[in-house]
Formats: sequence, structure tokens, C-alpha cells
Amino acid sequence: MLRKLFSFHGGVKPATHKDQSTLDPIAPVPLPERLVIPLHQSVGGQPRPLVQPGERVFKGQRIGAADGSLSSAVHASTSGLVRDIVPAVMPHTSGLTTLSVVIEPDGEDRWGELDKVRFRSTPPDELRDFLRDAGIVGLGGAVFPSHLKLKPGKEGALQTLVINGAECEPFITCDDMLMRERAGDMLKGIIAMRHMLQAREVLIGIEDNKPQAIAAVQAAIAASGETGIEAVAIPTRYPAGGAKQLIRVLTGIEVPHGRRSTDFGVQCFNVGTAYSIFEALELGRPLISRIVTVAGNVDAPRNYEVLIGTPMDHVVRLSGARAGTDRYIMGGPMMGARMPAFDVPVVKATNCILVGSPALFPPPPPEMPCIRCGECAKACPADLAPFEMYWHSRAKNFGKAQEYHLFDCIECGCCSFVCPSHIPLVDYFRFSKSEIWAREREKEAADAARDRFEFKNFRQEREKQEKAEKLAAKAAATREKVGADGAATATASGGAAPAKPSADDAKRALIEAAMEKARQQKAQVQARNTDAADPAVQAEIAAIEARRLASATPPTDSPPSSGA
Amino acid sequence: MINSPFVRKPASVQSVMLQVLLALLPGIAAYAWFFGPGILVQIALATAAALAGEAAMLAIRGKPKALFLSDLSAIVTAWLIALTFPPIAPWWLTVTGTLLAVVIVKQLYGGLGQNPFNPAMAAFCLMIVAYPALMSQWPAAGQLDARTQLDLIFGGARQIDAITGATPLDALRTALRSAADPASTQHGLRAAQLMDGPAFGLVGGRGGEWVALGYLIGGLWLLQRRIITWHIPAAFCAALFAVAGLLWALKPEGFASPLFHLASGGAMLGAFFILTDPVSGATTARGKLLFAAGAGILTYVIRVFGAYPDGIAFATLLMNICVPLIDMKTQAPVFGHKKD
Repeated sequence: MLRKLFSFHGGVKPATHKDQSTLDPIAPVPLPERLVIPLHQSVGGQPRPLVQPGERVFKGQRIGAADGSLSSAVHASTSGLVRDIVPAVMPHTSGLTTLSVVIEPDGEDRWGELDKVRFRSTPPDELRDFLRDAGIVGLGGAVFPSHLKLKPGKEGALQTLVINGAECEPFITCDDMLMRERAGDMLKGIIAMRHMLQAREVLIGIEDNKPQAIAAVQAAIAASGETGIEAVAIPTRYPAGGAKQLIRVLTGIEVPHGRRSTDFGVQCFNVGTAYSIFEALELGRPLISRIVTVAGNVDAPRNYEVLIGTPMDHVVRLSGARAGTDRYIMGGPMMGARMPAFDVPVVKATNCILVGSPALFPPPPPEMPCIRCGECAKACPADLAPFEMYWHSRAKNFGKAQEYHLFDCIECGCCSFVCPSHIPLVDYFRFSKSEIWAREREKEAADAARDRFEFKNFRQEREKQEKAEKLAAKAAATREKVGADGAATATASGGAAPAKPSADDAKRALIEAAMEKARQQKAQVQARNTDAADPAVQAEIAAIEARRLASATPPTDSPPSSGA
Repeated sequence: MINSPFVRKPASVQSVMLQVLLALLPGIAAYAWFFGPGILVQIALATAAALAGEAAMLAIRGKPKALFLSDLSAIVTAWLIALTFPPIAPWWLTVTGTLLAVVIVKQLYGGLGQNPFNPAMAAFCLMIVAYPALMSQWPAAGQLDARTQLDLIFGGARQIDAITGATPLDALRTALRSAADPASTQHGLRAAQLMDGPAFGLVGGRGGEWVALGYLIGGLWLLQRRIITWHIPAAFCAALFAVAGLLWALKPEGFASPLFHLASGGAMLGAFFILTDPVSGATTARGKLLFAAGAGILTYVIRVFGAYPDGIAFATLLMNICVPLIDMKTQAPVFGHKKD
């Protein structure tokens, strides 16, 4: 039976360049001299390092523990020695560094102890924790921790589990090859996910330019005897592999920006994620490697099973980079990111190392003014009007850009792809988004500062009032006492004169008592700053304080508080 | 390029404009065939004036000349001016009109992509207001030989009324008015009977209807090439046809048939080449329909009840004014926010 498919607006059909890298099977990669494993490889908190430099680690040993619920663990990709834990350049266009574990492989590639889990007999919460500790994240590129998505939602059951094997980006074939070679194991991962989500049906969406993958997955489904799982060929049109676009194509549901797909009874995972879930549950192997396509300006484009942390140029060397190579792009030509160096590590998000050259990806012709032809709007899969967003972004009129739904933009690049004026539209939208975020952060910081300031004023006012009340009470008490004493003296001496100096004395005593109290408070406050420091530092601080007091006190005779 | 996407479709403003120029060729060929070579001279004059004006303004504004002169947008404006001005207009009229369009309406507003008004139509309106007589002299098909046309374009003397008549649109309007007059000899005649004269062809003006067919063919080619979308031509033609058809059905003796309106004057040129200018037109799908339907109705009203030979130019400008409002109010819902 043919399934009714839906269509999404827009999209483009760039040349796919997928044939060259699917000629040969997935190849292993020899161990590199060292692995640089960034601790922060997923959306969410940065994992804490669990190892020390100089420590020996086994393959699959956890080296970074998930930091809270929105985070995912990181593991040693091979056995060896932890050389260092240092900030290293991460595979991101910015060229910023991130704390990374540097491992020198010992060549034995020896696994540590592996925990397997029977998913059918394990409570869901435990399963989720297991997957978090196995470092399972979305391998489609978003690297969102998968355990958080494996909750069925409010109803306790999900209508449709969508598995994304569309792989719409040109050049990339890692999902294609995975499905061709490992469809059976991938299906086991899908079955486990279906169990966790209590999904009624599973739809595996694959672009129809991958007939072999579709056949392999269909054969695996038939062999498994499972019902309610279907491999669906969808029309090849970029970006059909965008999660929202794929959900739309398969189910007709449009998940709006900022909403969870589970609210609509759908959840979506990449085929690579399904396979790594199989490895984690049934083999006990955490996510330490992934399939990476090497394509572009190379002699032999191919897919490799690459250990996380392997330097990119180590992998590219196997395919033979051609002359003229001027950059690596992580991902495809539509949404990929230019790498800041050739030796940045392969991470969980690396689906493709696209080797670029000026001949392959020539610089665009000069940018012309927008002629409002609307080609971008025709191509936009989010039904936006990019030329309007561009107009307002260019004028830095960010509020207006937001009114035209700037944040619904998925940065797929279709608008830039079709623009006859060669305007880098997506760059303008990225710029606007980051400006808006920066302003929001600034505003939050300013709000926090204002709140702090207002609270400080309020506190000072309150303290003043309390002090005044206290003083008044004390003064009243003293006056009463003095009055009583004075009355006693007066009755004793028979005159009122001595009562005056006595009241002055009382006032002076009060003032001195207050100043003493202030000094003590100050000392306490000063001490609080150094509370957290360790004993050695505290001793040092004490010594400095003593020196300062010694040097400050002799020349002036005033009390220490006046100098502050 | 630093950021993705690293690949692009081979598209450019230049190729868009070039295809528009190519699409005009069938209409131009029919024009030259029926009305003589004067139009070709006008096209050359307008093209030269447009390029000169554009180059001068780019130099003053400090913009790259080669880049913007080769985008061909000035030439599109020039050709539209030549095709909408009378083919026997004196050379200075065409040149002045073109300079007005390129220098003032386009470049002074910021150049390519920035003009709120269609430059060719703004120039047409300015010139018809300034030189109503010169802008209203149209030869009938085959009426003037090449020599006479050249004399009229470059020569000084003009025995205008002796050699040229009104356009078919004008002629029919005048005839219909006299038909409505009880004192006239033509009283009571219907439009179809009035269209018996030498100025009229099968459905529109003689010769002119074939030029319109040329524009239609070129326009359909642009549609097929996806340079334009169906919205504007369809909505314009539908609106013009509907209004004309309504009045014609109500009072066939007082109004011309809707087909006559579609085949006459600048209807086809307007539908496929003028209103479809993306810069000054509406951009959303619903907006385009509104914009073009409005232009269609206004064109009819100006043609039938106004004093000018055709209504396309004024209708275009009036609708250009409405574009920002139309665009703002017709934004389609985005992904995930549709009501269905």
C-alpha cells in the first residue's frame, strides 16, 4: 500500500554528489597518534572530567560525567594514557577552545568492562540514565542528548516515531551507508526506542535517491517480523531531512517553532542515533565512534568508522586530499561549518568532513542589491519571507526582523542558494539572531544589576532604620538610667549641674560602642571573602593584612576604621 | 565565502533581466512588422539614454559602474519606455523620459532594487502630463513608411493631425461617446459595429492585437522559466476582463467587449512585463493578486472614464503606492502557524 505523503513548502535541489562516496564499504581508520576528545560534545551542560593526566584509560571508559540532566557523558575512544586535560580548538567556525581530554593510544584498543542492559525488563528511568551515561546524543548534527527525547510525553504513549534517514545534504552518505550495511542492528535500536516511547507506529523516512538503503531497511524489517514499522521513500528535495520537514512529509503535522514534537504525538531520531542505541544496549558499548563521510576535493571519497577525537586530517589523508584544498567543512555544503584548522577532532556531531577548494566551492559573485524577486520566499521551507527579514536585519531593525519570524528560520541555506543577487541571507539572519540574543543577555544582566542595586538601597535603608530604632531605644534606656542616676546624685548633692556631663559621657560611650560594632562588622565582612580559600592562602592573606595594618597604623593616629 | 551555504544556484540579476529582454522580442518583432522600424529607433535611443544616465549617476554615487551597468536593469526600463511611448515621438521626448526614469525615479531613490515606483511607468505619466499632445499621437498599422517615421523622430516639423490618428482605444471611446449622443449619425450603433473601421482588427486594434499576442507569448515563456509567477498576469487579466465584461453585458451598446480590452493598448505588456516588476510590485502571493487586480480595475476605469489613451501607467503607479500596505497585510502564515 502506498502511504500518503505530504509536502513542505519550498526547498531546493542542489547537485547531490553522493555516488562517489558510496562505491566502497565503510572503512576502519588506523589509530591516530593522539586523540583529542572535547568534554562538551552535546547540547547542555559541560561534562566534568573523571580522569587525571597520567591516568591509564580503557576503551569505552567514561572520562566525562554528564553534568545534570541536560548533558551527556563522554568516553575514551581507545585504551591509552591521558596525556593532558587542556583547552583545545574545537571543531567550530569560531576557533574557540574547549576543555578536552588528550589521550595517547597504547595501540591495544582494549575495552574496559561493558555493561549491557535488557531494555524490556529495565525501568524507563534507569534506561534513560544508562543512555545518558553511554553518551548517546542525536547524530543527525544537533547532538541533543537522546535520553531526554525518549520520554513518551503526557499521554504515556506516542503516535509516531519518525526515524530520519533522509540525509538531504549533498555529499553526505554516512546514513546511507549505515542503512545499507547495518540495517538489522539499526532496527534493533529502533525497536528499543519504540519500546521506550510506546510508539504506535514507526516511519523510517529515506529520500528516494537511496534505493539500496530503502531495500536494506525493508528487508531488515521483514526479517525482524515486527509490525507497524515502515520504511518510506520520500521525494528527494533539500531540506527533507530537517526534522520538522520530515515530520511534515511523513505525518502532515507541522511542529511550530518553540513547541515539542511530542505535544503532537511525534518524536524524531536520526538513523545513526538508533544504531548507537543498539550498540549501547545490546553490546554495552558507549558512543565512541561514528560513521563519517569524507568527500569533496579528495581522490577517493568514502565513509569511515572514526573514533571520536581523531584529528580530521588523519581521516582525510586516507582519501587523499587533492591539491588546492583550502578548508575543511564539517557537515554538508548547505549547512556545514568551516573548520578553523585541519587537525580539529572528529566529534559526535561530525557526519561529514567536506574537503573544500576554491575550484569546488568558488567564492560567490559580488553581492547585488535585493530586487525583491521573492525567489528566497519561494525556496524557504519554513514559509518565511527572507527578503523582508534581510531588509530589516540590514537596517539592524531587529524587532521588525523578529516580527517576520526570524527565529522560525532553520538556517537551511535555501534562500542564499537561490538568491540571484548573491546575498548571503543566512549570514544576515545568524547575525540578527546573535545580536538579539546578546541584547537579551545584556538586558537580563542590567535587570539583575538594577534588582541588586534596588535591594541594596532597600537593605541599607532598613538597616539605618533598625539602627536608629535601636539607638533611640538605647538612648531612651540610658536617659532613663542617667535620669535615675542624676536624680540620685541630685538628691545626693542637692544640685542639677553634674547631670549634664554625665549625659554627655553616656552619649560618647554609645558612639564608641557603635563604632566598635561597625569595626567588628567590617572585619567580619572582610573575612567572608576569603572563607573559601584554603588554609595556606588564608595564612598568606592574614600576613598581608598584618603588614598593611603595621604600615598604615604608625603614621596616623586615627583608628583603623577611618582609613577605610 | 566564510559561511554556509558554500554552493549556489547559477542565478543572477543579469540573467533575470536578460530573459525579460528576450521575452520582449516577439512583441517587438510584431511591432516593427506592423508599425514600421520607428520602434527600433526608439529602442536604440532609450537604451543609449538609459545607459548614459545610469553610468553618470553611478559615477556620482560612487558605485561600481561595470557591475551595475551589466545587470541590464536599465535596459529593461529603456525598452519598456520605448514600447509604451508613441513610436513617432520626437527623439528628445524618448531621451528625456528615459533619463527621468533612470536618473530620478530609479537612481535618486537608491538605484537597483530601491525604487518604490516603476521607473518606466513614472516616466510615462510625467511625460503624458507634460506633453499630452506628443504622447497621444499614434500611427495606424502600415500608415507611415520608414522615411516619414525617421523624419518625425528626428525632424522638427510635425503636421501631426494630418498623419496620425488616435489609438484604437481612443477611437472607440470617442465613437462610443458619439453613439450615445442622439444627435450623432452613429447613434445607437454598438461597439462591434463601430469597430468596423480601418483602425480595428479581429479583436483589438489592427496590428496592435498581434503585438499583444507577441507579448503574451513572451510572457508565457517567462512564466515557464519561472522568472515571474502566474499571480500578477492572471489577476490583472481576470480583473480587467471581469469589469469590462460586466459593463459590456449590462450595456453592450455603450462599452467595448472584454476581449477588446485585453487585446488593446498595453494590457499584455502591463500584465506580463510592467506589473511584474518585482522591485515596485507586491511580493506575497495574496498581495500580488490584490495588487494586479487593483491595477486591472484602475486600468479599465481610466481607459473608459478618463482622458488618457491608456490606463496602465497610472494604474501601475497608484498600485505601487499601495504595495507596502498590501505586503504588510498579506504575509502568509509561516511553518507550524497555519490554520488548516
